[in-house]
Amino acid sequence: MLKRIWKARSGYLFILPKFIFFTVFVLVPIIWSFFVSFQEYRIFGTEWVGLRNFRDALQDDLFWMAVSNTLRYAVVVTPCSVAIALILASLIHPLRPGAQTFFRAAFYLPTVASSVVISMVWRWIFQTRYGLANYFLSLVGIEPINWLHSSAWALRSVIIMAVLTPPGVGVILYLAAMGSIPESLYEAARIDGANRLMQWWKITVPLVKPTTLYLLIVSTIGSFQVFDQVMMMTQGGPGYATTTIVHRIYNVAFRDFEFGYAGAMSMLLFAAVIVLALIQSKLVSSDAEYKG
Amino acid sequence: MKTRRVSEIGMAVIYSVLIAWAVISLIPLYWVFATSLQQPGEVDVMPPKLIPTVISRYLPLRLSGEAEEAAALVDGALESYRLLFRKTNMGRWFLNSLMISLCATTGILLLDSMAAFSFAKKEFPGRNFLFWLMVGTMTIPGQVLLVPMFMVVRELNLVNTPWAVLLPQLSMVFGVFMLRQFMLTIPSELMEAARIDGASEFGIYWRIMLPLAKPGLATLAILTFTSSWNSFLWPLIAIQKSEWFTLPVGLKTLQDQNLVNYSLLMSGAAVAAVPMIIVFLSFQKYFVKGLTLGGVKG
Repeated sequence: MLKRIWKARSGYLFILPKFIFFTVFVLVPIIWSFFVSFQEYRIFGTEWVGLRNFRDALQDDLFWMAVSNTLRYAVVVTPCSVAIALILASLIHPLRPGAQTFFRAAFYLPTVASSVVISMVWRWIFQTRYGLANYFLSLVGIEPINWLHSSAWALRSVIIMAVLTPPGVGVILYLAAMGSIPESLYEAARIDGANRLMQWWKITVPLVKPTTLYLLIVSTIGSFQVFDQVMMMTQGGPGYATTTIVHRIYNVAFRDFEFGYAGAMSMLLFAAVIVLALIQSKLVSSDAEYKG
Repeated sequence: MKTRRVSEIGMAVIYSVLIAWAVISLIPLYWVFATSLQQPGEVDVMPPKLIPTVISRYLPLRLSGEAEEAAALVDGALESYRLLFRKTNMGRWFLNSLMISLCATTGILLLDSMAAFSFAKKEFPGRNFLFWLMVGTMTIPGQVLLVPMFMVVRELNLVNTPWAVLLPQLSMVFGVFMLRQFMLTIPSELMEAARIDGASEFGIYWRIMLPLAKPGLATLAILTFTSSWNSFLWPLIAIQKSEWFTLPVGLKTLQDQNLVNYSLLMSGAAVAAVPMIIVFLSFQKYFVKGLTLGGVKG
């Protein structure tokens, strides 16, 4: 065995540099995260507190507020952005290659500008007196809305921004999936007299289902982690109206310095993400059966 | 190839829906640049000036021979940018972001291609275990590990140094996974031939594997550079000293200090957005390839 390892040493040497970074910044934090959440951090030393951090989190109204805000965000943003991606890609797909490239770029461009930049400009668009949003509303005779400073509208504003920022990744993945559907399927459908809408509903939509599932789950996980937008637009306010889970973790850990408590909340978030990932793998494998 | 024709009316409908949606999508980015070119007095007006004065008035002034006024107009439009680079640390933050993103990209290309080469083309005990150990951690979202990650960085005494932002990026696994998939498609015969000719293992990696893997490397480089440039939450935690801020963290501070000077804020946002827009428009096809490689298999 040792001889085999020695003979293959160059294989290990090539991996070694990456593995050092991987160990220090991935493996150690993963292992550490299990300990952190069972401890309380004081200025001098730490104390084991068992499950108390978890119990505190589950009894903390602010944590549940953050969970509810995050869920409300995810429930609207995920289906909307996947549906918009599907519709946009379906409309782009029949175009000439040049036009395809143009629209793909137009819908992806806001994704490459960082979320910080996009959030900053939306904060300005949602400004109550001089913002673009209220100006456009005034054109159709709607009274100005106090977007970011009222607890009724703040979360809705963040959601509106997320829905109106085009799902660039989704469009690209859907276009790739649609490109691999054989043309003969559509021909057969046409011979059977199916119109274009029928073809779309009966052929395109079922055959891009793996992409749909993938996007749904990736986008849900992404929604569970929303932070940048909230931090830049509302700082979680007014009050706690837009505090999300990650924003709450950030505040508890790096403003109040309660690492143990923040660690416990992170574990709960991770559990939620794992459950979602398991549901995904179930759905995807059942889909494989359906495709035969 | 395209045998299914769409009627002309259908085409007109498709184009108008797409163009309308593209306009809505691009309005925020347009508004960044438009606001950045307005002077403070022009920003707080109702109705908003949808087109900055410098754009609408420059040519008419030039054509009617009033060159001086036209120059003054341009000068006024650039006022926010001048303020940005003179009165804030923007120039410094820009360089910090540029250096960190470039180093992260170079480092990741080197480390990941070496690891991927080994995983794709070499046999050794424990190879599959190590590979799946790495890939398995890809499912853990970074936000979950913020606290222990911060503690590691603190133990290493890296807080408030650029290393705290740079080094953790080098641990990301995505590139190893992507490059391995890419290298698996490269035939091993060339390697064997070189080995018979007496090339060292490193020589094979450097002279044969890397040149053949160029398309994969380019894709990884673009994706790494953009995600490094745009990352926000971790640098926000790891750096509290203004001199080492990255651009997004700098923008956050700028906003905290100038809550209502939108023309200044938007010029800052523009400075952060322009490099990404240029990178995207020049390397569009690599973005597409990277997303489809890293994403789902249709």
